[in-house]
Amino acid sequence: MKRAECIGMLYPDLGDKVVVTIMGACAQELYDLGHQENFFYLQHAMGLASSIGLGLAMHLPREKVVVLDGDGSVLMNLGTLATLARYRPKNLVHIIFDNGSLLSTGGFDSHTTSGVTDLAAMARGAGVEHVTAVDSVMAFGEAAIDAFGRDDLSVIVAKVAAVGPNHYGMDLQLPENAFRFKRWIGARKGGGR
Amino acid sequence: MSVSYENSKIVFQGIKAAGITSLSALPETWLGLLLQQAERDPDITLIQVAREEEAIGIAAGAYFAGERHMLLMQNHGFLAAMNGIVSLAQLYGIPLCMLIAMRGHWGEPYPWHTRGGIVTEGVLRALNIPFEYARDPNIVGRQIREAYTFSQSALSPVALLLTRDLMEDAL
Repeated sequence: MKRAECIGMLYPDLGDKVVVTIMGACAQELYDLGHQENFFYLQHAMGLASSIGLGLAMHLPREKVVVLDGDGSVLMNLGTLATLARYRPKNLVHIIFDNGSLLSTGGFDSHTTSGVTDLAAMARGAGVEHVTAVDSVMAFGEAAIDAFGRDDLSVIVAKVAAVGPNHYGMDLQLPENAFRFKRWIGARKGGGR
Repeated sequence: MSVSYENSKIVFQGIKAAGITSLSALPETWLGLLLQQAERDPDITLIQVAREEEAIGIAAGAYFAGERHMLLMQNHGFLAAMNGIVSLAQLYGIPLCMLIAMRGHWGEPYPWHTRGGIVTEGVLRALNIPFEYARDPNIVGRQIREAYTFSQSALSPVALLLTRDLMEDAL
């Protein structure tokens, strides 16, 4: 399955979620479906998307926070799995697209290639109770529905092909994205939620 | 030398007086008594991290959520958080108010702290991060409040360096 198919499946349900995505292909595929003010694209600082998600989720208990992560990024910040498990925010869905590749930098194999490293097992070992590993679009959709409906921390590890978009670029400056993302959240809080 | 209970209390009161409701931290000796108070305070959300760079992400999330957040770390943790500081906070204009235990400086008896202590100020300058030293318990509360205010207006990381004079009791 392709990551773009999974993101396309999620997209209709992301309108009211607080969404953080990693850089590169994942960000571009989400952006190409249509930017929304509730999307934050972490275009660098690999590994920190899930940490941003934790900071959001713990301080916005009435919002659902969705992190779109990747194997290369998670491998740069494995401690995050233990920190997520320890604080267990009920409103956080952490989706790890595992393409076994550092695709954006030339497609070098990551440590998860050929099943050598199992990120789902690492999330379970870190103490996350609800971890689902999927490798088909159907299974991904079911796991996402479960995770969005569950009142507990959920991690989904989705095995995807190492393919990305054929173009990169956004009409959105990085601080502009941060300002507008914060403003969207503030308006929701101010709206009596 | 032992960690100053009195001054740890004063620093924690300074954090409270600055209106802080959320802290991220990696425990270390000089911060221990402070963190114990934060753990017991029902109005403070304390998030302990496994490595300090995580806290940069958490601080960004807290900022987006509209929460008043501070980061507590040792200077070696500051060095471990470097790419997050540069490529998240500085790149996107996200404020960070960092209280940093300044180990490995004047009076340091432990060799393993010294190299990090020697380079900390130079790294702060290289990154254009405004900083001050906190030495005097009589003004540290004001320094904490001002550090937070400045981080928010400048949309920048700022650092308050907690020194041996402040954090240890003299023999």
